Amino acid sequence: MKNIFIIMLSAILVDNFVLSKFMGICPFLGVSKKLSSSLGMGAAVIFVMTCATAVTYPVYSLVLEPNGLEYLKTVAFILIIALFVQLVEIVMKKMMPPLYKALGVYLPLITTNCAVLGVTLLNIDNGYTFIESIVNAVCAGIGFSLALVLFSGVRSKLETADIPATFKGIPSTLAAASIVSLSFMAFSGLIS
Amino acid sequence: MSNLKEFTKGLIKDNPTLVGLLGMCPTLAVTTQAINGLGMGLATAFVLLGSNIVISLLKNIIPKSVKLPCYIVIIAGFVTFISFILHGFVPDLYDSLGTFLSLITVNCIILGRAEMFACKNKVLPSICDALGMGLGFTGSLFIMGSVREILGAGSWMGISLPEAFQPMTVFIMPAGGFFVLGCIIALVNKIAGKKPPQKIGCAGCPNAAVCGAASKAAEKEEDK
Repeated sequence: MKNIFIIMLSAILVDNFVLSKFMGICPFLGVSKKLSSSLGMGAAVIFVMTCATAVTYPVYSLVLEPNGLEYLKTVAFILIIALFVQLVEIVMKKMMPPLYKALGVYLPLITTNCAVLGVTLLNIDNGYTFIESIVNAVCAGIGFSLALVLFSGVRSKLETADIPATFKGIPSTLAAASIVSLSFMAFSGLIS
Repeated sequence: MSNLKEFTKGLIKDNPTLVGLLGMCPTLAVTTQAINGLGMGLATAFVLLGSNIVISLLKNIIPKSVKLPCYIVIIAGFVTFISFILHGFVPDLYDSLGTFLSLITVNCIILGRAEMFACKNKVLPSICDALGMGLGFTGSLFIMGSVREILGAGSWMGISLPEAFQPMTVFIMPAGGFFVLGCIIALVNKIAGKKPPQKIGCAGCPNAAVCGAASKAAEKEEDK
């Protein structure tokens, strides 16, 4: 139980996927302009990360590991994620149209999001059990959404700020991200 | 002559990281030391070269409807290959790159070049394009790594600087990564006399159309 709590704390705050592990920077910078799109992207990422972990973990421990094919995990996982996202899109469109309307546009973005592939690989590398992997995936997704939502607030302020011409656009956004990341560093004392 | 142009455009004019703003995750994550940046850059350049050659050879065979999965499998194959080589010959580098070595698979520079260049051009121009883009990426990672290592750890390529220099640890921490990248992009724009990029580099990303749709959908919702 203590172990699970540490994994949760670490995935959401201390080792935040975006701000300290640098995974999923593209959506972090690309989709964080508006609060509503941040929330949509965050929800889609939580969902796909959890499902991708639930699918890739058994594939690794039941198929790849017993046959000595551990080195194929990158190829296998990315294929599973790509197929899975397509499948979810089709099923959601048919069965749950309101949910598809809300999250549908974000789903294809996730196939090449390094945070999703990253979390499935890290679960294996860290030697987590199935339950721990799922908890890690859910909380990594929550941490990702938290960073996106916080940063969309920062960016709305940044838009009205008076910034030197050379720093307008991406450079100033990165500098702001640096300050948000600095504030997350304060959590690093939580886990020793 | 045109092949030379394909090679040189990636180095500075269309530098994938500093001008195109692609592949930001490895740029920020592995550049705590100059040598890591160099290693990551060369590994990516190798994968890019391999995938560009194979994809330009297979461009007439791969069906349009499944091209993305095909590209990803080809790229993932090369990534597995290079991680074997690094694991065998330079285990230190392999350990310090960690998961990011596997994540070369989803690096948008590689997918972007496959989508925008290799699937439309012959093998030789694709090789030149891959070499130029790969070395441009390596160069910017090396610069990032050098700045962060010198300012943050007080050393360069493992050689320590005179003790009078006090390193500022924040530069090798995540926050410093964002800051240094922002400053370097601003500096490149200042020197090139160009307007700084306003948006994240979507040109090469296979998801650009969807991403645009996503932000438009969000805007529509807000109008309601």
